[in-house]
Amino acid sequence: MLSLNEFWFILVAVLFVGFFFLEGFDFGVGIASKFVAKDDLERRAFINSIGPYWDANEVWLITAIGAMFAAFPNWYASMLSGFYLCFAFILFGLIGRGVAFEFRGKAEHPTWRKTWDWVILFGSIIPPLTFGIMFTALIQGVPIDENMHMHAGVSDVINVYTVLGGVTLTMLCVWHGLIFGTLRLMDTLRERCRRAAKNLLPINAVLLVAFLGMTFFNTDMFSVHGNILEYLFMVGILVYIASGYFITRKRDGWAFLMSGLIMILLIASVFIGLFPRVMISSISEAYSLTVQTASSGDYSLKVMTYISLALLPFVLGYQIWSYYVFRKRVDHKEHMEY
Amino acid sequence: MDVVELSRIQFASTTLFHFLFVPLSIGLVFIIAIMETLYVVKKDDKYKKMAKFWGHLFLINFAVGVVTGILQEFQFGMNWSEYSRFVGDVFGAPLAIEALLAFFMESTFLGLWIFGWDRLPKWLHALCIWLVSLGTIFSAFFILSANSFMQHPVGEVLQNGRLEMNDFLAILTNGQLWVEFPHTVFGSFATGALFIIGISAIAFLRKKHVEFYKGSFKVAIVVALISGIGIALSGHEQALYLVETQPMKMAASEGLWEDSADPAPWTVLANIDTEAKENTGELKIPYLLSFLSYGEFSGSVEGMNTLQERYTELYGPGNYIPPVKTTFWSFRVMTVLGGAVLALSIWGAYLYARKKLVNSKWYLRLMIIAISFPFIGNSAGWIMTEIGRQPWVVFGYMKTEDAVSAGVTAGEVLFSLITFSALYLILFAVMITLFVREIKKGPEHDIEKTDPIADPFTKEGQHAFS
Repeated sequence: MLSLNEFWFILVAVLFVGFFFLEGFDFGVGIASKFVAKDDLERRAFINSIGPYWDANEVWLITAIGAMFAAFPNWYASMLSGFYLCFAFILFGLIGRGVAFEFRGKAEHPTWRKTWDWVILFGSIIPPLTFGIMFTALIQGVPIDENMHMHAGVSDVINVYTVLGGVTLTMLCVWHGLIFGTLRLMDTLRERCRRAAKNLLPINAVLLVAFLGMTFFNTDMFSVHGNILEYLFMVGILVYIASGYFITRKRDGWAFLMSGLIMILLIASVFIGLFPRVMISSISEAYSLTVQTASSGDYSLKVMTYISLALLPFVLGYQIWSYYVFRKRVDHKEHMEY
Repeated sequence: MDVVELSRIQFASTTLFHFLFVPLSIGLVFIIAIMETLYVVKKDDKYKKMAKFWGHLFLINFAVGVVTGILQEFQFGMNWSEYSRFVGDVFGAPLAIEALLAFFMESTFLGLWIFGWDRLPKWLHALCIWLVSLGTIFSAFFILSANSFMQHPVGEVLQNGRLEMNDFLAILTNGQLWVEFPHTVFGSFATGALFIIGISAIAFLRKKHVEFYKGSFKVAIVVALISGIGIALSGHEQALYLVETQPMKMAASEGLWEDSADPAPWTVLANIDTEAKENTGELKIPYLLSFLSYGEFSGSVEGMNTLQERYTELYGPGNYIPPVKTTFWSFRVMTVLGGAVLALSIWGAYLYARKKLVNSKWYLRLMIIAISFPFIGNSAGWIMTEIGRQPWVVFGYMKTEDAVSAGVTAGEVLFSLITFSALYLILFAVMITLFVREIKKGPEHDIEKTDPIADPFTKEGQHAFS
């Protein structure tokens, strides 16, 4: 049987995986809108393709952080204070992006629109880039002392490996977003998205291989739990090849499923490799935070378990329903400004 | 300045800024939901126009509220990590539930509402905005249950060097929560209502779209009237509760150094000397403090010096008196403005009923200024609540100075404080500009745009998964 601590670790992991699967594509759409769209209307089409969803997608992150706070207060406390500046940058990005989607359409002046387009671009790059850097630093290990306090120097957070992790995650989001675009956009825009996604295939393959290679040498991810991650890696290769096949064959729905799976595999692997630790100390293995040492008491976890199990079906149900309501493609001929 | 001070400034500024938008959102969306319901029931397009016009303003405001709210979820861990460790077992749960229950509801159904005008049946579309409204109220409930725990800890036990939850129901039935929650929600409804009333007043003075704004005014004045009464009643309940649970905050908000006479007079104004711990010159209304504290015209109220002595015995040496002047004056600002909201609502309802509203120039001019009353009142209320709790962050358990992050440097906090403040100022300026633009565009701007392609199963739409 799963202990409550393990259950909550899985739940936090699922929330982060869900966040990157969902917000991953809308970060990607935000970035792609700057490069693939050629005029204002096309940019608007990109934004509308994620219009009804991005806010709810972001709530996955808020919920993940909230669940972390409730179930693993020490993890929440050490990670958010330890990666203080990283989180500050993520917040700048999310704040800017959030208002940009809303404000952009409120005036027609070209400078106004262009300004918000830049905010959308940077607001969509900074969070995945910073999260990538942070998660990579997390699996590499950060200086955590015996009191669970993290005292990271710049090189603990920013180094070749972590930056590679950040870039890889960001580029995966772009790719995932382009494939999402093929599902929600029409005609030439759809074609352009598909072509761009195809062009990214080799680039992202190189990034992924380099990142996983460095992970193999820089971390204990591939050895902590027997061969699980090796198997997942093989599955990943098959999925990646399949994604290439589906993109070329214009089977967009299947291609999206594959890019989503890549995202899920990558983020899930981070959490599988971490387990049972939640933060790895580079000072001493004994100082690492684990699902036991970082967690709330049993009573609190039990209450939270009942409540979340009661609420989750509704939450998932109405979110899926909202995707169903907006299943139609974004059409230039329709009302575009909201 | 040290990390504690910088972190306090940051928390105060980001939270007060966030709480400019929250009450307006809660209030506006509730009133918009009423308008759209009227549209569905009465099948009168004028109500749809209202829901859409105020909806535009609501969305601008909501966006800023949401993004400044994200920060709240993070900053306990970033700036107050020792606090998070100490109370996370209790305090984290309401936050997680807030996200799961309220934030998903708000964001999903708001997306459906914005983009769903042409795609959903009317009743279902109206239901979406009601669910957004319900989401904002759930959100208020759970975040206030967390705040109430800081004011008056319940359902907790001190073990393993931290506070652990042992009775979740007690947290949800905390007496503090049930006076704080209605007071905050009524305050929010009033904020939305006075906003609509104030904007309508501008239109009446300029004789523009008078019929449209009259309709909006009518809905808003009813909400304002009910919330005005609600604010007063729940505020009174809160004072009664305060005397029992946080007498020091009560004494500070009265500038009461020594135990009061019986019956206790209420100090309207005072010149407070915090050094000498006395007031030089006071203006008092007899009996009133007894009534405010106990609901009857007798009873003495404990003063700060008595309480300081008792707390020193209980919690060890230290200063347990909060910043008295801030607590005293913010309380007065709040109550005066709350009273003004109620009085102006009654006056407005009277003018409307006598059909004198549109020509009552002085009333209309006053209502433009009165847009600011609930905003200032809300902020003053929170300043009193939070400053009045000092030196505690969790009453009786943890002091604010011990709550701050251990590993974070003053430089880091200063950096984020400056950048967030700059960002917020820009946001605020942009938002005001957009508000003015939307209001100038007026309600006629929204020309119906119909959906040219009604069939969702076009060839393009189908072949994604074939």
